Amino acid sequence: MSLATIVAASEANKNPLLPDMAEMTIGIFSFLVVLFFLGKVLLPRIEKTLAERTDLIEGGLKRADDAQAEAASTLEQYRAQLAEARHEAARLREEAREQGAQILAEMREQAQAEARRLVEAAHVQIEAERLQAVAQLRAEVGSISVELAGRVVGESLEDEARQRRIVDRFLEELEQRSAAEQVTS
Amino acid sequence: MSAQHLLAKTFSDEAPGLGLFDWKPIFYIGSVGITKPMILVLLVGLIVVAFFWAAFAKPKLVPRGAQNVGEVLYVFVREQIARPMLGKDAEKWMRLLVPIFFFVWIGNLMSIIPFAQFPVNSKIAFPLFLAVMIWFLMIGLGIKHQGFFGYFKNFMFPPGLPIFIYPLLAAIEFVSTIFVRPFTHAVRLFANMFAGHLLVALFCVVGYHFLVEQVTPLGVPVGILGVILTIAMTVFELFVQAVQAYVFTLLAAFYISSGLHADH
Repeated sequence: MSLATIVAASEANKNPLLPDMAEMTIGIFSFLVVLFFLGKVLLPRIEKTLAERTDLIEGGLKRADDAQAEAASTLEQYRAQLAEARHEAARLREEAREQGAQILAEMREQAQAEARRLVEAAHVQIEAERLQAVAQLRAEVGSISVELAGRVVGESLEDEARQRRIVDRFLEELEQRSAAEQVTS
Repeated sequence: MSAQHLLAKTFSDEAPGLGLFDWKPIFYIGSVGITKPMILVLLVGLIVVAFFWAAFAKPKLVPRGAQNVGEVLYVFVREQIARPMLGKDAEKWMRLLVPIFFFVWIGNLMSIIPFAQFPVNSKIAFPLFLAVMIWFLMIGLGIKHQGFFGYFKNFMFPPGLPIFIYPLLAAIEFVSTIFVRPFTHAVRLFANMFAGHLLVALFCVVGYHFLVEQVTPLGVPVGILGVILTIAMTVFELFVQAVQAYVFTLLAAFYISSGLHADH
């Protein structure tokens, strides 16, 4: 018996388009088993896992984006702070310079005032001393003149040469007196 | 000199035919004879559940082994079938489309698995109950989402056509949607598997006959050709099995979508 005769043995000529009810029942049972395990148990699990994975990846990307944005904003903040600090420093320098100039000007003013005051005081002192000298002189000139006149008159004015000698002697005396006064004082 | 003389054999009563699909019961449960296709269809269910159990029972965020394969297949059904057809409703219907796709595909694949060697879906019963189930689903969804009259009006009287066309169009649309759809849906899959199996079996018999049973000088090249064609057809069948599973699931998604929304 050949293979061909085996396979073609039972030519019952059933219409292949007519379904066998027993086959269909078992087929439905088999499919419902598949539908139950896949549809109710296994596919929900993988859907959940895939969704979680998507979330995780998207979350990771979002976190990275956030971190980058934060870094950028921090950098911006630092730059702003730095600029502000530079500005502040420049302002302080300017202020200090102004203050220095002001202080210098004040000092100069003060020094000048002091100098003026000293000069003034010196003037006043000199004036006072001069006045004192004048007063003293005035008092002495009087008595000296009187003394000189007395001598001149007492010696009787004989000749010019004699008068001259009297005057010279008087002046020498005066000099001696003033020298003696200086020694004693 | 006729072909009979050259080949020294006639095929008229021995070529594989419908008998290929007519299985005798292997054993009986009560009065029901259990045949090979019944055992295979149970095996298909078992294989699909076992594989997805291995892949998705404890899914990890970082997939390993079977989960990788399962995810590729899952994503294939989602991206190639569910989303193009159902758009934003895709996720919800994945739980039906994935079982359909793998039930059909593994059923087809039985055709080239040693010792099974029979495409489960070449028995009309299996494609038919799937098609009828989807047909009920389509009409149920249509009535639920578009209203009883709305559903029939939407597919029988699409707007924007000349009035005199409607009597003809309505009749055609009604027959094609309500009667032809489940039939073509089931028969497309069934006929492809049926014909493919018949062709592989035919070339197989040619090879076996001319190289083993009846070796003749002129028959040997024919036998070699038969073997080559058997291998070629098997490869081609592998392709057709996947394509038909894809098409069957794609149509299922399309029918579901046509129930959910009017404008398709």
